[in-house]
Amino acid sequence: MLRFITIRFLQSIVAFFGIMVLVFFLVRLSGDPTVFLRSTTSTPESIDLLRHKLGIDGSLGKQFWIYLKDYSKGDFGDSYTQQRSVIKMVEQALPNTLKLGIPSFFIGMVLALFLGVLAATRRDSFFDNGVKFIAVLGQALPGFWVAIMAVMIFSVRWRILPAQGMNSLANYVLPVGTMVFFMLPGMMRLVRSGMLDVLDSEYIKLARIKGLSENKVIWKHALRNALITPLTTAGMLFAGIVGGAVFTENIFNWPGMGRLALESTMGRDFPVVQTIALIVAIMVLGMNFLVDITYAYVDPQIRYQKS
Amino acid sequence: MQTQMTAPKTVSKTKSKHEASIRRRRLTQNLTLIIPAAIFIILILTAIFAPWLEPLPYDKTDLVARWAPPGTPGHLLGTDALGRDVLSRVIYGARVSLSVSLMVIFITAFVGTALGILSGYLGGNVDSVIMRITDIALSFPGLLLAMLLAVSLGPGFFTVVLALSVLGWAGYTRLVRGASLQIRNSDYVAQARVAGASPWRIMFVHIFPNVVNPLIIIMTMAVGMMILAESGMSYLGIGIPQPTPSWGSMVSDGRNYLDTAYWISLFPGICIALVVLSGNFLGDWLRDKMDPRLRQL
Repeated sequence: MLRFITIRFLQSIVAFFGIMVLVFFLVRLSGDPTVFLRSTTSTPESIDLLRHKLGIDGSLGKQFWIYLKDYSKGDFGDSYTQQRSVIKMVEQALPNTLKLGIPSFFIGMVLALFLGVLAATRRDSFFDNGVKFIAVLGQALPGFWVAIMAVMIFSVRWRILPAQGMNSLANYVLPVGTMVFFMLPGMMRLVRSGMLDVLDSEYIKLARIKGLSENKVIWKHALRNALITPLTTAGMLFAGIVGGAVFTENIFNWPGMGRLALESTMGRDFPVVQTIALIVAIMVLGMNFLVDITYAYVDPQIRYQKS
Repeated sequence: MQTQMTAPKTVSKTKSKHEASIRRRRLTQNLTLIIPAAIFIILILTAIFAPWLEPLPYDKTDLVARWAPPGTPGHLLGTDALGRDVLSRVIYGARVSLSVSLMVIFITAFVGTALGILSGYLGGNVDSVIMRITDIALSFPGLLLAMLLAVSLGPGFFTVVLALSVLGWAGYTRLVRGASLQIRNSDYVAQARVAGASPWRIMFVHIFPNVVNPLIIIMTMAVGMMILAESGMSYLGIGIPQPTPSWGSMVSDGRNYLDTAYWISLFPGICIALVVLSGNFLGDWLRDKMDPRLRQL
């Protein structure tokens, strides 16, 4: 097991380095940021000076070296467009995203578990069909459109929920609802199909024969095993949440990481984009690492086969 | 005597009830095929014949007739903030959605299948490197990459196609690799190897034809996903640039006029939903017909 963890860890490090290189070149590819920063009175000399100040003069190799050196020292640089350090901007935006993301994640998770399990245990019932219908619809409707229609109905027509601001609890209803909409259908489907597979198995029959109460059979014995399938897709789920955050924060003007990412990309704010991309990459790799470890722990076949 | 009299009656009653339920189920099954298929055919025809179908040029602005509500003579679905006909833009938008998604699907399916067969058949280090990259591609937030590419190359048709293709191959690779792994150990592959067939020949002639079925199924399912992704990018302003209408950017156009002109956002959104829903239904149907083992997907 230790060997397996070590190998996986080293692989993650290599992958992280690969992503760092990729991000560096992608960001450099995205054109000249001084186009956005120069004014009409800029002379070629002042533009060169600006380039030097931003650290984008010199050869690509030299730039890459500086990039690696700064990051390894924990220096994430300053924003090009705002006179602030990237760390400050992220420090400001991240809590806002978490304030939205954490409640959404828990509400989505609890709803997906309840609805998915109940649908699986009442297979082909009216309830099950309802859940399937919601899942199919939820995966087909564009989330941004649903959110906008919700704004139109609840904020514009009926005026019962605000579409802007983040001070009161009411401000959270629509954004959290949108985030939940982005992740619920997929998760619900996975829980349901995982549960259906498990309910067919012998040990569930045994648990029933033993005389355990139905609640105990389902929520204790079956659910644990049914969760393995959704666990393997945690990475994809995470990608979905990041996407959901970008859309939700854009629609509701929420000053979080998603909006920061979009705005800094549009403004070609290299250091900010780089940092956000690397933060996300670390989260993705960390998540894959944890999932692999958990999976190997649950299923011994994996740890022996691959190491 | 009484039981004898009543028994056949109940039997025939339950039997006819049973038949009715079978008939009803068959009808709904057929409807879940016919309606999506019809919507898809309409979509394809609309995309091909868009220039002849649009009642007005999609980019013709008419500042006098701004925000005309649906049902206005000459503007069946109303007009937007520049007085452009929403119906014409919706019709033309079909072209954008379909062409982007088809192109992305062919590129990603090609690359993904090639990598999947290589990975599954060759195994070893090739396999572990490809699978690691696949894992990362599957869990890397595509939107972030799309944003980077959109700005580095400038928004446009090929940027969208590239942005969606860069990570999109991974799903195909994973599926095809799984299928190839099973086929690799089959007797006919062993025989081909004994007969002296080269690895390339085995991969192309013996393995590829056997992964075509699952491939077609997920390609169909991908149509909806790609249309959603394209409209999402266009909504954020990193997709198809104005004035070419994309359903996603049309939803975004209407955002500021929700109180006065809901139709600008409403109709393109309905189109996206209908088309994606149809694509998903068709994919499900194909899967049930061709390869029920793929249920999990």
